[in-house]
Amino acid sequence: MREQLNQWDFVMLAYGVGIAALAGLILWAWQAMRRAELRRDATRRR
Amino acid sequence: MHIYANPTRFLSLAKWLMPLLFWGGLVLSVGAMGWGLFVVPPDRLMGDTVRILFIHVPAAWLGMGGWAGIALSSAMLLIWKHPLAAIAARAIAVPGMVFCAICLATGSIWGRPTWGTWWEWDGRLTSMLVLLFLYAGYIALTQATAREGGSAKIAAIFGIVGAVNVPIINRSVVWWNSLHQPPSITAGKSAIEATFLVPLLVAVIGFSLLFGAIVLMRMRALIAEEQVEARLRRRALDGDAPVVTAPVMEQA
Repeated sequence: MREQLNQWDFVMLAYGVGIAALAGLILWAWQAMRRAELRRDATRRR
Repeated sequence: MHIYANPTRFLSLAKWLMPLLFWGGLVLSVGAMGWGLFVVPPDRLMGDTVRILFIHVPAAWLGMGGWAGIALSSAMLLIWKHPLAAIAARAIAVPGMVFCAICLATGSIWGRPTWGTWWEWDGRLTSMLVLLFLYAGYIALTQATAREGGSAKIAAIFGIVGAVNVPIINRSVVWWNSLHQPPSITAGKSAIEATFLVPLLVAVIGFSLLFGAIVLMRMRALIAEEQVEARLRRRALDGDAPVVTAPVMEQA
C-alpha cells in the first residue's frame, strides 16, 4: 500500500535546510572578514 | 586579469563589487524562491515537490561550478603564478562545499516523496557525494598548508585533478541507469516549460551572485590574515615581536 505523504512538509523542510545553511554561511563569511580586517587595522596602528 | 594581481587594486574593486553582488543576489534569490513557492503551479507528475527545484538546481550548479572555479584558479596559479589565484581557490572552497551539501540535502528530501527513498547509490548521487568529500579534503589540505607554511602548488594540483569529477557528475545520468532524471536543460534546448524555467533561471542567477559575494568576503578575509602575518613576521625580524612562522604576503 502506498503511504500518503504531504508534499508540502518536504518542500518546507528543503527550503528550511537550504535557507538556514545559506544564512549561516553568509553570517560566518561576513564575521570572518570583519574580524580579519579589524585585526589587520589594529596591527597597522601598533 | 593581471591588473588585479596587486591586492590593493583588487581590494578596491572588491569593496564596491561585494555589496552589489550581495544585495542583487539576495533580491533575486528571495524573489525566485517566493515565485517558486507561491506562484508556480504544481507539476503534473511531481506535484508540489517541483518547488524544491528552485533551491536544489542552483545549489547543484554552484557546487559543481565552485569546483570548476577552484580548478581554474589552480591552473592560473601553476601556469601564470597569479598571486591571488591561491587565495581565490581557497575562498571558493567553503561556499562550494556548503552549496554541494545543500544540493545533496534538498535532493534527498525531494527523493523521499518522489522515489520513496532518501538515498540511492546511483551515479549522480554518489558522484555528488564524492564532490563533497573532495571539498572537505581540499579545505583540510589548504588549511594545513597555510598553517605549516608549505607550497600552495600541492593543493592546486589536487584542485585540477579533482575537476575530473565534474564532467562525471554532469554525464552520470546519461552513462548509467539512474533514478535521477536525465538533463532537462542542454545547450540551447530545454525540456522544462517556461512557467518553471523562468523562475529557475532567476534563482540560478540570484544564487550565483550571492556565491560571488561570499567568495569576495572570503578573499578579503584571507588577504587581511596574510597581511597581518606578513607584518608580524617583519616585526619579528626587526626584533620587536615574537617570531611567527607562516607564509607571508604583504603588498597592500
